Amino acid sequence: MSNSTLEVKAISGHRGGTPGGGHYLQPDATTRSGVSRDYDVCKLVDTTTCIGCKACEVACVEWNGYEFRETTFDNTYQTMPETAWNFWNLIKFDEYTADDGTPQWLMRKDQCMHCEEPGCLIACPADGAIVQYTNGIVDFNQENCIGCQYCVTGCPFNIPKFNSATKKVYKCTLCSDRVGAGLEPACIKACPTGCLHFGSKEDMLFEAHKRVDQLKANTSWKNAGVYDPEGVRGTHVIYVLGDASNPEKYGGLPANPSVPLFVRLWKYPLKWLGGIGIAAGVLGVFMHRVRYGAKNVEGEEKRA
Amino acid sequence: MSSGTITRAGTVTPQGQIARYTFAERAAHWINAIAYVYCMATGLALFTPYMFWMATVLGGGGTIRFWHPWVGLLYLGAIFWMNSQWKGDMAPIPEDEVWKKNIKSYVQNQDEKVPRQGRFNAGQKMFWKGMLWSSLLLLLTGVVLWFPELISQKPALRGLHWLLPLCAFIHSATALITIALFIIHVYMSVWMTPGSLNSMIDGTVSTDFARAHHRLWYEKITGRKS
Repeated sequence: MSNSTLEVKAISGHRGGTPGGGHYLQPDATTRSGVSRDYDVCKLVDTTTCIGCKACEVACVEWNGYEFRETTFDNTYQTMPETAWNFWNLIKFDEYTADDGTPQWLMRKDQCMHCEEPGCLIACPADGAIVQYTNGIVDFNQENCIGCQYCVTGCPFNIPKFNSATKKVYKCTLCSDRVGAGLEPACIKACPTGCLHFGSKEDMLFEAHKRVDQLKANTSWKNAGVYDPEGVRGTHVIYVLGDASNPEKYGGLPANPSVPLFVRLWKYPLKWLGGIGIAAGVLGVFMHRVRYGAKNVEGEEKRA
Repeated sequence: MSSGTITRAGTVTPQGQIARYTFAERAAHWINAIAYVYCMATGLALFTPYMFWMATVLGGGGTIRFWHPWVGLLYLGAIFWMNSQWKGDMAPIPEDEVWKKNIKSYVQNQDEKVPRQGRFNAGQKMFWKGMLWSSLLLLLTGVVLWFPELISQKPALRGLHWLLPLCAFIHSATALITIALFIIHVYMSVWMTPGSLNSMIDGTVSTDFARAHHRLWYEKITGRKS
């Protein structure tokens, strides 16, 4: 969902620079024009105080105007196996037995992580289908989406979901429409336990580390930690995990997510090599004709 | 004046021309060529933002995303049809190795140093092999890229997500190899070798053409030894 009150930082499939903005490869770009009123926004999800009530799931579906879709019962409290094109916010449940035999009931709010280096945007070939705002929100513009799903290829969190009826891809917008109007995201507003926080990235990191210190000092969560993966240059959704040594057990949260290597090779060296190669090839055959001429054979039999 | 449909290559027409390609061979070639050019244009649009304007020319991004795989299947069907017709003539012969050693002479048009060749010369065979294997690779990787939603939305297939970046890279890299081959192929047939393009349109070449470029084939079909 596009929002004109937010300043654009990076655009998918775009020739040249970003109008009025910097680029995600130059995070400290001084080329940015105008005055930015935005600071980096961030959601903080404290998994240790989530009670799995799913108010955030309902608020998300309601705010974004979707019908509540069918659910899948798989003997857990999880609503469905994965997020869906019209279900962007899913509490993942995991029953896990710790090494000392302690049962752990783990809940994590799964949604788009709004990576600082977004694999979806890097992979996307359609001009303007994905934008990254200067406040960190990564947003899809369905009117420019061509349905190729390269974003699915580039995402290390398996978040973008294809709708085969509209042939477009959808995901969490971090409520860019609300944030652009100075409101907090719908999920944050609905949370009854205060496990969801919203603010600047700096403030949320401060709160997260404070909570981690508290957990280590006063609870049995001795491996507590903050999840803000460096492989994608940090995310604009961060977690406090009770056991940060093994994020995978929180509904398959990847331990070291990054933009896939082959997406990088494809989008950077191969793109340039291909372009230069095609130009050189066309020029090369032209020069061959100029230098060596054609293979004229008519009348050769008579000459021989 | 309409000439009869050429159904058998390697015959001499009443006009003294040599029938080089049958109608079925030419039909397969041009179906393949048109499908290839469409896939190349739409593929390049998806490959780089500097070519995305091609998507607009060809009906919009959603349209080319829909048609690219289907036209790709048409391309594959035509290339397999060609393969069924040309398998025999594309088989390697001992002279091919000598030709490859003298490829520099061939490129520099010093054709007197180039060994005699059959219906297809060793360079055409190399082009053929490159296109055939590339096409198979494009098919295998293309099918994965056609339906990424099966991997992203079916929990049982989630573990295969690594296939998507790999296939996207291989598909693009292979397509670039075919574009290199395509540039050489089009240049040689349209500009470098007079008579070549016409043989794929009308199906015939002059006796001089056959004798100069495909001497072994020429000797076989005419029975002449010079």
